[in-house]
Amino acid sequence: MLGLQNLYYCINIRPVTTLEQEKLLLDGLAQESKESIERIYREHYSMVKSLIINNNGSSDDAADIFQETMIVLFEKAKSGEFELHCQLKTFIYSVSRRLWLKKLQQSSRFISQNELLEETIPVEDDVEHHEKKQNDFNLMEAAMAKVGEPCKSLLEAYYIQKKPMQQIASDFGYTNADNAKTQKYKCLVRLKKLFFAQYKFSE
Amino acid sequence: MEDSLLMDAVERFVKGEMSAQEKIYFEDLRKNNPELDQTVVEQIFFYNELEKYSDRKNFTIALHEVETKLSEEGIISRNLPKGKGKLIQLWARSKRTIAVAASIAGVVSLFIASLVTSVAKQTPTNIKPLVEKLNQQENKTRQIENKLNKLEAGVNTPIIKPRLDAKFRATGFMIDAVNNYIVTNAHVIDQAKHKLIIENNKGEQFNAHSIYVNPEMDLAIIKVDDHDFPKMATLPYTIKKTNAELGEQVFMLGFPKQEVVYGEGYISARNGYQMDTIFCQLSTSANEGNSGSPVINKNGELVGVINSLETNADGVVFAIKAVNINRAIAEVKKIKGNEAIAFKGSNALKGNDRVNQIKKLQDYVFMIKGN
Repeated sequence: MLGLQNLYYCINIRPVTTLEQEKLLLDGLAQESKESIERIYREHYSMVKSLIINNNGSSDDAADIFQETMIVLFEKAKSGEFELHCQLKTFIYSVSRRLWLKKLQQSSRFISQNELLEETIPVEDDVEHHEKKQNDFNLMEAAMAKVGEPCKSLLEAYYIQKKPMQQIASDFGYTNADNAKTQKYKCLVRLKKLFFAQYKFSE
Repeated sequence: MEDSLLMDAVERFVKGEMSAQEKIYFEDLRKNNPELDQTVVEQIFFYNELEKYSDRKNFTIALHEVETKLSEEGIISRNLPKGKGKLIQLWARSKRTIAVAASIAGVVSLFIASLVTSVAKQTPTNIKPLVEKLNQQENKTRQIENKLNKLEAGVNTPIIKPRLDAKFRATGFMIDAVNNYIVTNAHVIDQAKHKLIIENNKGEQFNAHSIYVNPEMDLAIIKVDDHDFPKMATLPYTIKKTNAELGEQVFMLGFPKQEVVYGEGYISARNGYQMDTIFCQLSTSANEGNSGSPVINKNGELVGVINSLETNADGVVFAIKAVNINRAIAEVKKIKGNEAIAFKGSNALKGNDRVNQIKKLQDYVFMIKGN
């Protein structure tokens, strides 16, 4: 039922205003803007929720799937090559649906043949791409977990929280920024080793 | 140490912080030293990975903050409150990779939690009850099929009952053919909010109502209400008095689809999930709709009732040990108006080949549907 509705959106030319708004929203997403995230949640969460709930899922599943969909969307927006050919809504629906299907398949070896039959827009590549990225992310996360303190905090402060070296030096009690920097590079070398120990080049 | 210096150079190179002169020098160095160039390529790659990681991480943190805010507004609801967020959040993101490890440690509490609160319908994540939710499409297909069948047969059924728009389907089987009591899972009955029916292998539906629900054993007993329910002969099976033996071959009939499906397997462990003694473990395949299926050994003795499968593993299915049915019957006896309930079975299946066993058995196995 939902699929048909979305097909309708897909063949319809989107009004320019919506297009512009959605473009802005995606730009915001690429900047990790909370306002953009919130708007997307408010507009589309209930749709994904009913999709999951109507197909053997719980509200927890719905929250998880929407989160993952947001990450797929973020990755797309970040890549800069994302051109939305139909409404954002359709894309979100399609990705969530695909992710949920995969989860159902993974978790129980079967899916009910009668459910989720309708295709919306093909997002298999996006989801696959996302899985690869997720994997890379997990590897880095695992390396981070293994790198130990103070390295972990130091690296996080610099590379994630993007604090200036000066501040990091005083936060971590180094005599000056240069010392902190040297320490940071030592940590980075360790992190790199840990990362490549697990990383397998696919090509 | 030199590696650190190189990293610094790479970092500034990637960020575009090098002066033009430095850049020329750096690229020259790479050109003339293939080994160094190789290291630089590797480091650029690593640096980019780190950048991506950082962006993702920041996004995830923002995402989580929004989620928390919307949860407070009630727009998003999670059963498990996500306390201090970040950690759990990250765990949630990478749980697929650590799921296997976590299942060993995490499942105990999950399952216990579910036992205690199963009335509140909390199901552990990697145990899957086998009730199949039906969608409207299937209902329609079935209605059309029924109409076609009737047309083909050219028979006008004298009693036309409105068919139920079922929301789920599971399995149940007769435990008292005199008073028409049927056993199924408690989690199946949980699904029946409004109406409960049973359907036999001829597609005839009869109204039923639940008499007894025990979420702890995941057993429920229902009674057929309709007077036109055909009288049945004595049950062709008995309840095995002892627990099933390890390695004992068993078979089952159930309704993972709109017709009865046969399955076989063996008892693979004496106890169920996390050593739960109410259950035993089977190695077989079961699907949604199999909940409540009878598990029977080669002598025609009932050894269990299918209730769930482990989603983390292949072919791990759990069944309630059949002895628990006796407990349930004893408790039903105490309920006013149900004193007559009694399991009267025979060993009519014993010595038959499997095909004949199934023929005799299948009349006693029903679809449980409801909405």
